[in-house]
Amino acid sequence: MAPIPANYGLLLAALLFILGLAGVLVRRNVIFILLSIEIMVNAAGLAFVVGGSRWRQPDGQLMFIFILVMAAVEVSLGLALVLQLYHHLKTLDIDRASSMRG
Amino acid sequence: MVATFAVITRYNAVHALLYLVVSLLAVSLIFYVLGAPFVAALEAIIYAGAIMVLFIFVIMILNLGPQAVRFERAWLKPGMWLGPAALTLILAGELAYILISRGRSPSAGAAVVGARQVGIALFGPYLIGVELASLLLLAGLVGAYHLGRRRNAGDAGPHQFAGPEGREQ
Repeated sequence: MAPIPANYGLLLAALLFILGLAGVLVRRNVIFILLSIEIMVNAAGLAFVVGGSRWRQPDGQLMFIFILVMAAVEVSLGLALVLQLYHHLKTLDIDRASSMRG
Repeated sequence: MVATFAVITRYNAVHALLYLVVSLLAVSLIFYVLGAPFVAALEAIIYAGAIMVLFIFVIMILNLGPQAVRFERAWLKPGMWLGPAALTLILAGELAYILISRGRSPSAGAAVVGARQVGIALFGPYLIGVELASLLLLAGLVGAYHLGRRRNAGDAGPHQFAGPEGREQ
C-alpha cells in the first residue's frame, strides 16, 4: 500500500468543507445547520492532520485536538440555544428566528 | 481508496445523523491511514460518540409530541437502515484490509506520529493552548448551564455558577 499523497487528503477536506457549506446555505433547520457546521469543522481538522502527516510533525494533531475541544463547546452551546429557541418559538425554522425582536 | 469516502456525506435525508456518524468514522479511518492513531481514536470517541449523543438527545427532546410515534414508525422502515449499514460494512472491510496489510509489512503507509510525540508536544510548547482549551471548556460549561436552565416567568433567578468540574483536561 503506497503512502497517500497529501493532495488527495486536501482534496477530500475541501470536498467535505464544500458539502458543509452547502448544507449551511441550503438547509433551514437549525439542527441541520449545526450538523453542517460540524462537517466544516471536521474538514478543517482533516486538513490539519493531513498537513501534520505530510511534514511528520505532531502539530497538526495538536491543532486537531484543539479543534475538537472547540467543536464540543460550540455544539453544546448551540444545542442549548436551539432548546431555548424551540421553547420560545415552537419551531426550528431559522427564518422565523431572524425576524424576532427582543 | 480516498475517493470512496467522499460519497459518504450524502446527508440530505432526514437520517443525516446516521450518515454523519458513518462519515466521522470514515474520517477516523483516514486518520489511521495517515499515521495518526491517537487522533483517530479521539475522533471516533469524542465526535462519533459524545457529540452525536448530544445531537440525538436534543432531537429526542424536541420530538416529544403526539405525532412522534407516527414519525418513529415512518422513520424506522428497514430500507432506511440499508444505506448506513452498507457504508459501515465497507468501512469495516477497509479497516480489516488495512490491519492485515499493515501486519504483513509494517513500514507501509505514512510515517506514524504516535500518541507519545503528541503528548510531549502538547504539554511542552503548547501548554498555553491547553490552558486556553480548559478555559474554553469552563466557559462552555457555564454557558450551557445558563442557557439550559428552564426559565420561569419573569425572574432571572439567582445566578449560580457551576463548579470547577469543567477542567477535565
